[in-house]
Amino acid sequence: MGASGDAVVVAGLRKRYGGKNGGGLDGVDLVVPHGTVCGLLGPNGAGKTTTVRILATLLRFDSGRALVAGFDVAERPDQVRARIGLVGQNPAVDEVLSGRRNLVLFGRLHHLGAAAARARAGDLLDRFGLSDAADKPVKHYSGGMRRRLDLAASMILSPAVLFLDEPTVGLDPRGRAEVWQAVRELVGRGTTVLLTTQHLDEADQLATRIALLDTGKVVAEGAPGELKARLGGDRVEFVVRDRSRVADAARAVARLGTAEPTADPDDRRVGVPVAAGATALVEAVRLLDAAGVAVDDLALRRPTLDEVFLHLTGRPADRVEVRK
Amino acid sequence: MTTMPETVVPDTGPADVPPVPSGGVRWALVDGWTLTRRAVAHWVRDPAPVVFSLVFGVLIVLMFGYLFGGAMRVPDGGEYREFLMPGMFTMTMLFGVGHTAQAVTADLDRGVIDRFRAMPMSSAAVLIGRAVADLLLSAVSLAVMVGVGLLVGWAATGSAGEFAAAIGLILLLRFALSWVGVYLGLVLTGPSAVFGAQTLEFPVAFLSSALVATGTMPAWLGVIADWNPLSSTATATRDLFGNPGVGGEAWVTQNAVLMAVVWPVALLLVFFPLSVHAFRGLRG
Repeated sequence: MGASGDAVVVAGLRKRYGGKNGGGLDGVDLVVPHGTVCGLLGPNGAGKTTTVRILATLLRFDSGRALVAGFDVAERPDQVRARIGLVGQNPAVDEVLSGRRNLVLFGRLHHLGAAAARARAGDLLDRFGLSDAADKPVKHYSGGMRRRLDLAASMILSPAVLFLDEPTVGLDPRGRAEVWQAVRELVGRGTTVLLTTQHLDEADQLATRIALLDTGKVVAEGAPGELKARLGGDRVEFVVRDRSRVADAARAVARLGTAEPTADPDDRRVGVPVAAGATALVEAVRLLDAAGVAVDDLALRRPTLDEVFLHLTGRPADRVEVRK
Repeated sequence: MTTMPETVVPDTGPADVPPVPSGGVRWALVDGWTLTRRAVAHWVRDPAPVVFSLVFGVLIVLMFGYLFGGAMRVPDGGEYREFLMPGMFTMTMLFGVGHTAQAVTADLDRGVIDRFRAMPMSSAAVLIGRAVADLLLSAVSLAVMVGVGLLVGWAATGSAGEFAAAIGLILLLRFALSWVGVYLGLVLTGPSAVFGAQTLEFPVAFLSSALVATGTMPAWLGVIADWNPLSSTATATRDLFGNPGVGGEAWVTQNAVLMAVVWPVALLLVFFPLSVHAFRGLRG
């Protein structure tokens, strides 16, 4: 199963938690080719963390198959562990030790010699922009620095596959940007990344492909653009200046649409799905002008992943179900 | 605040290091020692918990030696504080169980253990590191207690060999009890459960010959106390230090040195595999 060029191959993965039903898996299928970033997207309890923990050999599963870097997770966890890095939701670095001591510690535990572990720690501190703070205890690091150290600690042996479980949770925008940049750099060097996130913009920013997980199943999979295209592609949207002309405006642009326009008199917003984006935008301006309707904020919009999620699961992505 | 470097640093990392086959006693010991050094580095950087535990040891000697000591009579005759100190040494080893359990739980909570578990290292190493580190700390605290004992009038009158044997028995008990602590830290979920388990330390310590002669207890309770592993170590070390003992005709008391070896070994044989199993069982 799976081409040898795939870093992660998951087929029919099932996991039930006794008692609770949140977070279990109900037949997950997933393929992540080498050198790509796969974003595993879904609300709390969808099974994102469960999937990552199974692939990182931290959790057993009931049935199905999972290969990471060519090795079966259930049969050869030792081989898998030698080829992966993991950044979990909780900071997995030692708060008391300095950044450098942390990396040397993890290097030693990867069975590097003392000198090699020190050299590797120095390299990684440079690469992740932590050299200045290298000898300070981690508890004095900012959230973004801590995550970068977490990433660095996962990269001791330059693993083939890196798992990131909500890598920017709890970070401020600056910290998120730092982590995103660090991840992009790793991917630029050929690391395969499987990333879970609840943030649609994060998946949009980093992932080459997205798998949408809902109640333990992958409900949609594809490039971010492909997923958005499933909603019918682009929309022309505008706000009518005069509330009484909303219906007129909708009528005017109706012939552009691949479906009926939507009109919301309350916020004076009209939208219509269109096939040929840019042409449709010019045409809309002409039609509205001809109808004598003044508009603000006329724009061509591609659907957001939020809308994709709503469309595919029937629920908004941000309706967080607390099942912890 | 640092920023990411602009230039791409070539990845000169040891990507070609062959994956090490996990398992094997050698890696368990090597990795265990690496993690022992981590714990020691913690104590050096953040010595407050160590200092508190040492102060606690001193205070408890003074409390029992001077507050309760006046009311105590030693069956063999002799000074209570001479009788007391070997019991104190033994009892503080028991109090280490809670510290061990707390340290294990704290690591579990912080996600560091998840990183260890996803690495190609021995699964026993994390636990071995903890147990060995706690043994080292206990050796330090035992040295302090011995010093306090000498100051309050306790003395070992036996030979140097007997003294070393007594210290060895006390630390053997501590090492065995570490594995009880490791196991409790792994199976009790959350700090409050660990705290609950810690409250049992006092009853277990008091139900032994560490502080009083078991002959003064109701007969059935005395039998239980005689068979408490703490009693064996306390009685054996009183013997080896040449301090007044509890007396008593019970077989377990007469063979205290033997039992001070048998009990810890038995605890190890039970709790070491249980702990490793529980650690692997974290895979749920």
